Amino acid sequence: MTMAIPSFTVETRTRASTLSAMAVIALLLLAFAAPFIVSRGVIQDLFFILTMLVLAQNWNLLAGYAGLISVGQQAFVGFGAYTMFGAVILFGVDPVVAILIAGLFSVALAIPTAFFTFRLYGPYFAIGTWVVAEVVRLLLAQWKALGGGTGTSLPREATREMIGVNMMRDLFGMKASEAGDALTYWLALILVIATVGFIYGLLRSKQGLGLAAVRDNEQAARAVGVDARRMKTLVYLATAFITGIAGALIYVQKARISPDAAFSVTDWTAYVIFIVVIGGIGTIEGPILGVIIFFLLQNLLADFGSWYLLMLGLLGIAIMLFAPRGLWGLFSDRTGIQLFPVRRVLKGGPLNLTHKGGPHG
Amino acid sequence: MNWLDTILQGVLLGGLYALFAAGLSLVFGIMRLVNLAHGDLIVLAAFLILVLVTTLGLNPFISALVAMPLMFAIGWALQYFLLNRTLGKDILPPLLVTFGLSIVIQNGLLEGFSADSRRVFAGSIESASVNLGPVTAGIMPLMTFFSAVAVIVGLNQLIYRTSVGRAFRATSDDPVTAGLMGIRPQRIFAMATGLAMVVVTIAALYLGTRANFDPTSGPSRLIYAFEAVIIGGLGSLWGTLAGGIILGVAQTVGAAINPEWQILAGHLAFLGVLLFKPRGLFPRAVD
Amino acid sequence: MALLETRGLTAAYGDFQALFGVDITVGAGETIAIIGANGAGKTTLMRSISGVLANATESILYRDEPIGALPAPDILARGIAMVPEGRKLFPSLTVEENLLIGNYGRKVVGPWTLESIFALFPILKERRSNPATALSGGQQQMVAIGRALMSNPEVLLCDEISLGLAPVVVRDIYAAFPRIRETGASIVIVEQDIAQALNVADRVYCMMEGRVTLTGRSTDLSRDDIHKAYFGTEHHELA
Repeated sequence: MTMAIPSFTVETRTRASTLSAMAVIALLLLAFAAPFIVSRGVIQDLFFILTMLVLAQNWNLLAGYAGLISVGQQAFVGFGAYTMFGAVILFGVDPVVAILIAGLFSVALAIPTAFFTFRLYGPYFAIGTWVVAEVVRLLLAQWKALGGGTGTSLPREATREMIGVNMMRDLFGMKASEAGDALTYWLALILVIATVGFIYGLLRSKQGLGLAAVRDNEQAARAVGVDARRMKTLVYLATAFITGIAGALIYVQKARISPDAAFSVTDWTAYVIFIVVIGGIGTIEGPILGVIIFFLLQNLLADFGSWYLLMLGLLGIAIMLFAPRGLWGLFSDRTGIQLFPVRRVLKGGPLNLTHKGGPHG
Repeated sequence: MNWLDTILQGVLLGGLYALFAAGLSLVFGIMRLVNLAHGDLIVLAAFLILVLVTTLGLNPFISALVAMPLMFAIGWALQYFLLNRTLGKDILPPLLVTFGLSIVIQNGLLEGFSADSRRVFAGSIESASVNLGPVTAGIMPLMTFFSAVAVIVGLNQLIYRTSVGRAFRATSDDPVTAGLMGIRPQRIFAMATGLAMVVVTIAALYLGTRANFDPTSGPSRLIYAFEAVIIGGLGSLWGTLAGGIILGVAQTVGAAINPEWQILAGHLAFLGVLLFKPRGLFPRAVD
Repeated sequence: MALLETRGLTAAYGDFQALFGVDITVGAGETIAIIGANGAGKTTLMRSISGVLANATESILYRDEPIGALPAPDILARGIAMVPEGRKLFPSLTVEENLLIGNYGRKVVGPWTLESIFALFPILKERRSNPATALSGGQQQMVAIGRALMSNPEVLLCDEISLGLAPVVVRDIYAAFPRIRETGASIVIVEQDIAQALNVADRVYCMMEGRVTLTGRSTDLSRDDIHKAYFGTEHHELA
């Protein structure tokens, strides 16, 4: 008797993910049409949600997948924002172009930062990143051309004459401020899609497997030839790029900057950590769920000032202790649903082919 | 400008940073835990001293003595009931839980005491000073520095000369085998954090009497403590004092050149040490 | 009456079951040896008794009290001390400090003090201020045994004390055992060296794949019986 060599196929797709792919496409079409459907206030809220989501996805990639727990990502938000301001104010660059320049400059900052902070052992890495953020903040506060410690504003003409704004005014009959909001919103939407797409692609790739191996057991991963340090460095630089872009984009919309706001630990790191922890660290779905919950909580409780942050802190601690994989983890465990499956599932092979090789075969 | 004076002030300031750092260093040495709320706990202790001074009319030094057992109890309970649950191979849970705790303490203090800057007044001793040849040193900065030395001598005696200290070191080496000796690691950890909070109270006394503080002062104290620990090298309390002194001198020299450069100069000194001596200036060689 | 007894003791590490219903008894003042190949479950048995692994409470009895679920410090407090496999000395402590920490959780007056342990192993007195890890393997094993004796135990568990040591060093260490027996303590040794085990023990249990396959008085067991129990050709039960 000849045995058929069982053929395996490796799939990461699930039925829920096929369905959700179609839902996502519909949702994206709706999202792109939003500026024509909803009010400017809603667009500004959505812009906030989308940019926080980008920051959260990046922090999640760092902490949840690469094991790099940073409390200094505000360094790249602030540096990206200041780079954009510098390019626009000092060199007259178009803000949209300046956003891309900001991403590149953030990578340039991340290279020496990684050089210093990667020398610190795990938990001390966290504080090391914070020190770097403080250094960058203090240095930029010395830069008088950009307002020093008190900060500065983007010139009105710069945002009014951004690439695309005039076209949107002519095409859709929008007011300049309206068109500016719509433009930054679309850019944020594209950034979210690109970020999620990049992370999803990375995790499903060979590099992603290496990353998972490093997270689970760095020594073992090294033994099978995964270069842990190189993987971590690449992830660190990639997140710096995206975080810098996000920072610049946020400040194109804000149009006013100061060192304390642009390098705020609370706004750009604490909130982001809570979004990821509450939603579910180590999943792509977690930050999405987290940012929605975060936005709802903020609207419900914003009037309570510091009580709101206190409660957010307690919620984060409770989730870390009792549901360390966050709310999405709880949901996914109960239902088995994954929208962005990165786990590899063996299909076919001996289990499906037993009838061929069975005792009566 | 008197450089000798600047350096002396920096050395004495280093005593304060060593006090900030000693508790962090102790806890890390025993359980490899980095408490991101360490700075906020210093500020919490400063508010506790302030409350004792204002409500009971106590002298700040007596208030600190009263606050010590309270802070020990807070530290013990915090470790035993909360932080012990986060310890393990994964460094994520303790970092995120203490980060959350930092936010909780800051905002709890904001609710209780508002964002106003506070200060603990210690009376005439604040302005007293002694002449040391060409320079003068304030009594309070001198007391800060000698308190730091006393704390480090005391902690070293405890760690290297007592039964509890042996248990600290044994648990740090191998908690499972320590259990076979009758040591309960969970209680050892709780005691270590309690002890760290006693040191934090001493640090808080000098923080509160020397300068203004407010509920958000914690994170920068954490950063100074961390820099002192890393400059000095992990595992040595005397190294931590040296690290504090280097940081303090860098800050006062930076401030002497340009007042806006004080904090920045400290950070740059830290990065310089990290660049040339990544394990710190006095890493544990023989201990 | 048995001083220490296991009844149908099972133990598992996650999905891997290491012990399948082990029954052993240790009488007061008795020395027993547990022999078996690597992976037979001997070390798991020691870790279960000493409280490093938690078990069903009724599966281990000490003076008729169920202790299976107690953690290690409670087991030590009752008088059961362990010399763990691989010695596990504390590298941050000196030789003397390693000994002193042995009675951290059980301070009872008895034959064993720092001085009487230095008398048992004189080399340790010379090297008392050295870091424990600076000693030779045999000397480290002496520290590990001395550390367990410091609590004046009623039962001394010794896990693989001859592992990795030269035969002449093993002989020196076992030379101390008659003195330990004189104090009235019960001793449980886990050994791979069958001759050494038969030599020192009153009774022997042979284990294989998580079960006791042979038990009897050392003087009654033939090499052939042990060989079969060890390598699993047949199962024996000697009266």
